[in-house]
Amino acid sequence: MALPTYADPLEKIWYYTYRTICALIFIFLIAPILIVIPLSFNAEPYFTFTQKMLSFDPEGYSLRWYDLLLTQPGVPADVPRDAAWWARVWNEAAWINAAKNSVIIGFFSTIVAAALGTLAALGLSRPEMPYRRAIMAVLISPMIVPIIITATGLFFFYSNPCALISWTGLDQQCGRLAGTYFGVVLAHATLGIPFVIITVTATLVGFDQSLNRAAMSLGASPTTTFFKITMPLILPGVISGALFAFVTSFDEVVVVLFVAAHDQQTIPRQMWNGIREQISPAILSVATILVIVSVGLLAMVELLRRRSERLRGVTPH
Amino acid sequence: MADITASEIPAGGLVTSDGRPLKTALADAQARAKRRAFLLVAPLLVFVVVTFIVPIGQMMHQSIYNDGFSANMPRITAWFAENPIGTEPDETAFEALALDVRDSAAAKTIGVVGTRVNYEMSGTRSLFTSTGRKAKDFSEPYHEALRAADAKWDNPELWATMRQVSRAYSPNFFLAALDLTRDTQGNIVRVPEERQVYVNLFIKTFGLGLLITFTCFLLGFPIAHLLAILPLRWSNLLMILVLLPFWTSLLVRTTSWMVLLQQQGVLNSLLVWSGIIGDDGRIQMIYNQTGTIIAMTHILLPFMILPLYSVMRPIPPSYVRAARSLGATSWTAFRRVYLPQTLPGIGAGSLLVFILAVGYYITPALVGGASGQLISNLIAFHMQDSLNWSLAAALAALLLAAVLVLYWLYDRLVGIDNLKLG
Repeated sequence: MALPTYADPLEKIWYYTYRTICALIFIFLIAPILIVIPLSFNAEPYFTFTQKMLSFDPEGYSLRWYDLLLTQPGVPADVPRDAAWWARVWNEAAWINAAKNSVIIGFFSTIVAAALGTLAALGLSRPEMPYRRAIMAVLISPMIVPIIITATGLFFFYSNPCALISWTGLDQQCGRLAGTYFGVVLAHATLGIPFVIITVTATLVGFDQSLNRAAMSLGASPTTTFFKITMPLILPGVISGALFAFVTSFDEVVVVLFVAAHDQQTIPRQMWNGIREQISPAILSVATILVIVSVGLLAMVELLRRRSERLRGVTPH
Repeated sequence: MADITASEIPAGGLVTSDGRPLKTALADAQARAKRRAFLLVAPLLVFVVVTFIVPIGQMMHQSIYNDGFSANMPRITAWFAENPIGTEPDETAFEALALDVRDSAAAKTIGVVGTRVNYEMSGTRSLFTSTGRKAKDFSEPYHEALRAADAKWDNPELWATMRQVSRAYSPNFFLAALDLTRDTQGNIVRVPEERQVYVNLFIKTFGLGLLITFTCFLLGFPIAHLLAILPLRWSNLLMILVLLPFWTSLLVRTTSWMVLLQQQGVLNSLLVWSGIIGDDGRIQMIYNQTGTIIAMTHILLPFMILPLYSVMRPIPPSYVRAARSLGATSWTAFRRVYLPQTLPGIGAGSLLVFILAVGYYITPALVGGASGQLISNLIAFHMQDSLNWSLAAALAALLLAAVLVLYWLYDRLVGIDNLKLG
């Protein structure tokens, strides 16, 4: 909205003041995220810009903190970097292992959340769904309930999951979920489900049910209808829900702290330990990598959203 | 389609081609459709109940159940059950106690018993463990033997406490979570002033939650308004600046604030360099309440901006123009015409931010220092450090109750369906 021609001087002043205030708030939003990027190339172990960095002296910058991610702990830094050295990094470097765990846990929990969540969203979007509101409230609640409460509950549950079925007379100590990949995947899937439900039901709002009926009237089975008609149309919503679920798992630390063992060390947990003990600039290099990952994910979700709007014929509002 | 006239309707009402009454056939079809819809949701519902609702139920159970004493001290527990409150402990009681302590020490569970009693009456854990070490030589008369081991066994307060903890189910952890306790007669009283922690922390958590909600509103409203009035290509571009923090890892954002606000950090260095403060006057902006407020405002701001934006965008600009043309000043037009239309967005954003703020854990734990801790951090402390799980569960149950009330309110006012992500 441009400044109208009839604006009086006071309004003109306010117009520019307002834009300045907004610019400052945008800086508040974005500066903390951007500031870590240059600082992660600091040659010195400081959390502020050194004189050399400010004068753009190449000596002020280095990749030493990124190198540290590969060599910690115990991988020698000053040997020729041949295949054997890289193999050792792949197997031993703590950050690499944390990244592997994060990806594995994130991948499987996303699959579970996306599959179950999409099915449920399809059911919830049908007008004849009974108790719709109450069920929706239950399914969204993992997003609303404070994470510490979820983690506390899971801690009790995972230490002896079979207490649940003790009334059947089965052995009470039939298994443990604490300290297993399976346990963490289940918990993360639960935390990711609300995001899948929200995005997929939002996609289904504009969904024309007569397309399904048309397919069925032409003789398609419900399964064929789902995969040939419904799925392609809601796919953008499903994928962006899945991306949300993945990010939720990828960024989750409290449940991991409460129910995972050392074997399931993830990137956020490794960061958490790093920040709590002695914060080193190596954390900033991890943060930079994560910022780049999130920029990529955001771009993907935006593209999907536009594609979905185009597919459904919704003009951007 | 042929008209159906009254003469064509059979005596039993309309029927389908296979001869069933239309009403039943329709009811069947509707029930089938309902069942189908429900079957699609059922797998997820079962999944969430097992991995989420049941664990929280278990946590609630833990908050009123603790058999640390009763499971390991069966004889004295039975004596308490048989004799009413106020009964002086006799030789049978001391015998039961001495034998229980002996057996429990042999089974190496005396520490558990002592810890359980210690929750209600501090300083008693060592009494149990030290007596446990002497217990294998106990002989009649047991009253004398126990008194010889430690004179504290005659303390009526200790007996009152043991009576309380001998019940596995008790509301005592909830009392403790509300800074209440029981005196020797079993009446509920407030704990001494210097030990009142939890109620104040709840108040502080809600106070900080309100403050953070308010700062989020102050910063979020102008941004949402700007995004709503700009042409779409500009607002989409600027929206990225709102969504990028939303997609960035929480730990990354918290780390960034540590880097920015540290005493040797960027902001302090900038202030020193520009001469506003001296090198020895660096401000402590983090590891205290200020740090928590700044970092949490930043983290929760997108949750305020997005609902506000989705309400503001469809408001036609012609309303404000109409108000102006009728002689309203721009302030009056904003206050009387624009602002009332944004109220649903303000409500949705504020409730969401407040709900998320009162349960926050990670950011206060990392940047809060001693003064910026919230109730979640104390729950974590009791879970991981003091290991008083029942008290942690009781605190968590109280926090959960508060959050669920707010969630219910959110559903009533905004509707969960209207929750939007980007």
